[in-house]
Amino acid sequence: MAHQEGVVADADDSGRVSLMNDPKARGLVFQVLLIIFVLFLVYSGVTNAIDNLARAGIASGLGFFGERAGFDIGQSFIPYTNDSTYLRAFFVGLLNTMVVAIIGIFFATIIGFIVGLARLSKNYLVQKFATVYVETLRNIPLLLQLLFWYKAVLSILPSPRQVGLEPGAEVVFSLNNRGLYMPRIVPEAGASLILYAVIIAIVAWVFIGRWARKRQMATGQQFPVFLTGLGLIIVLPLLAYLVTGMPLSLEYASLQGFNMVDGWVVQPEFMALLLGLSLYTASFIAEIVRAGILAVSHGQSEAAFALGIRPNLTSRLVIVPQAMRVIIPPLTSQYLNLTKNSSLAVAIGYPDLVSIFGGTVLNQTGQAVEVISITMLVYLTLSLLTSAFMNWFNSSVALVER
Amino acid sequence: MKKKILSAVVGVAAVAGMGATAASAATLDDVKAKGFVQCGVSTGLAGFSAPNDAGDWSGIDVDLCRGVAAAVFGDASAVKFSPLSAKERFTALQSGEIDVLSRNTTWTMSRDTQLGLNFAGVNYYDGQGFMVRKSLGVNSALQLSGASVCVQTGTTTELNLTDYFKANDMTYNPVVFEKLEEVNAAYDANRCDVYTTDQSGLYSIRLGLSAPDEHMVLPEVISKEPLGPVVRQGDDQWFNIVKWVHFAMLNAEEMGVTSENVDEMANSTDPNVMRLLGKEGTFGDSIGVSNDWAYNVIKEVGNYGEVFERNVGASTPLAIGRGVNALWSKGGLQYAPPIR
Repeated sequence: MAHQEGVVADADDSGRVSLMNDPKARGLVFQVLLIIFVLFLVYSGVTNAIDNLARAGIASGLGFFGERAGFDIGQSFIPYTNDSTYLRAFFVGLLNTMVVAIIGIFFATIIGFIVGLARLSKNYLVQKFATVYVETLRNIPLLLQLLFWYKAVLSILPSPRQVGLEPGAEVVFSLNNRGLYMPRIVPEAGASLILYAVIIAIVAWVFIGRWARKRQMATGQQFPVFLTGLGLIIVLPLLAYLVTGMPLSLEYASLQGFNMVDGWVVQPEFMALLLGLSLYTASFIAEIVRAGILAVSHGQSEAAFALGIRPNLTSRLVIVPQAMRVIIPPLTSQYLNLTKNSSLAVAIGYPDLVSIFGGTVLNQTGQAVEVISITMLVYLTLSLLTSAFMNWFNSSVALVER
Repeated sequence: MKKKILSAVVGVAAVAGMGATAASAATLDDVKAKGFVQCGVSTGLAGFSAPNDAGDWSGIDVDLCRGVAAAVFGDASAVKFSPLSAKERFTALQSGEIDVLSRNTTWTMSRDTQLGLNFAGVNYYDGQGFMVRKSLGVNSALQLSGASVCVQTGTTTELNLTDYFKANDMTYNPVVFEKLEEVNAAYDANRCDVYTTDQSGLYSIRLGLSAPDEHMVLPEVISKEPLGPVVRQGDDQWFNIVKWVHFAMLNAEEMGVTSENVDEMANSTDPNVMRLLGKEGTFGDSIGVSNDWAYNVIKEVGNYGEVFERNVGASTPLAIGRGVNALWSKGGLQYAPPIR
């Protein structure tokens, strides 16, 4: 405490004696003071916490990460068993969160753009429908929506036995209250060539696009980039598939005992969470898109029409590029919101980071301070990464002012 | 500007200083100062801790807290309840938000040694079991391979489940929820084939399902689950009070002292009863409460047998037998050290 008062007293002296009237120096002094003050707060907070934990006999430290987890997780994108460590359980949760966030962002963007455009439609029915969608979904708390979707998904869908599936019989497609079951593609020897073919096709698409733009700039001739790219991405892997002797097989789901086994499954918790997150966020994105398009002055499209540019090209080349610079910054916030909102998964039993790490791991180890701090750090990192990516994207579509 | 920063520094320094110097004061003094015991209970588990028809908390775990309040204040109603999820419970106790955690909590070594907590006895010997729909045609837990299992996070249940399936070379698909009600709803909606928790809990939860008769509890008990009250480590006085309230209720049952005959028994010349009811010795003083502490506990709450019968016994919808929870003298495990 004495130390603090000393610092404050020094500051008073330095201000009074020589640099009283220099706003720059005065500002600097206060900023340094503020930093010291903040650092002191953080320091005393951390040391206090450590002291208190030690005094209360509560274990602390990060040693628990290497211990055996001893619990199972319902959905995992990386190999995980109850013999894995807490660290691996952490990554399982992190991946589950990231997967639902990325897919959620994908769908929210598509739905949001469609609804946003629909709100500007001249068709009465379409426009009203979009308005009702936006006003309903963005005004109901997300948690309630998630619970609604979960209850809806669970109570509408029958159980595997009720569907009347024959035990042991292979099913191509089945939607029941244990999930959405589809065949899983099983790669065999040589299947990696197909993956390479896909990558080559994508790279080729990018290069053809660049070449075509250059050629159009130089000669004015257009090239069907999209169709060519689509052709490549279908034909190349298909060729690879045939050349390598068809190394893919399908694994079908079947009802065995209590549950469906094998196949590819989308669990009801994931479905409910994805539905809730994308539909909710889409309602905000729709408004952002609408605002972006309305922000482009009417004169722009009139001018384009006057130049004889077709309506389709007008929106692609004139309206959308100008709307994008209004749309992208708030869109970033929505992406961040969606990622953070995915932590509500804990209410409907989806094994995300908060559920696995902030829930089960926290309880089994009892190390609340460490676990919660790490969880917060992870969300912070995810958000900053998303934000960095969107800033890069924003600068690449921003209007170049000449 | 300068003034503002100065006062802010002083203010925060004061707060930080307080945090650093505030040693953990004696819980008993805190409790006496505020006038009630803050008791952590479940969010609703019939028979153990759940609000009854009148809106009052009732159950075995609740009665233990009432017993503590009766011992400290001579008034079993001087207690407030904090419903806690499995995940919240230890943090609530560690942080001092509650004075005693009486929430069907399993006594394990890691909880006892690593969380800064002490278990003050076992007020219910339980074991983990499984509940399934009768329509599945299952009559043993060993037939459950491949099943979806609903379980609450942050419980020993979650780990026992893993161990049991692993030991028996079976697979399962866990569906994990944070709150008891969420697990119940998911099981009721047929999201899972199996519900697993402590057996007493299964009987209690079954009552709340939409069609209790369609479900059955499988006979296997796959773990030891000694449930008991928990207090913070490092406050031996409070630890003693909670521990001995439980023992007093057990001793009372053993000596045949009930809430109805406790006034007559107060005139007893049996030295055991005299010591229990504070007619002889200064046992109350030794734990920091009045000498008639046990009298108050028995008068206001009852002995262990009464509490058991009232909350989970044969006359209740749960209809759980005494089993291992009978007194040691009747073939059970409940055994209290003598008051002497």
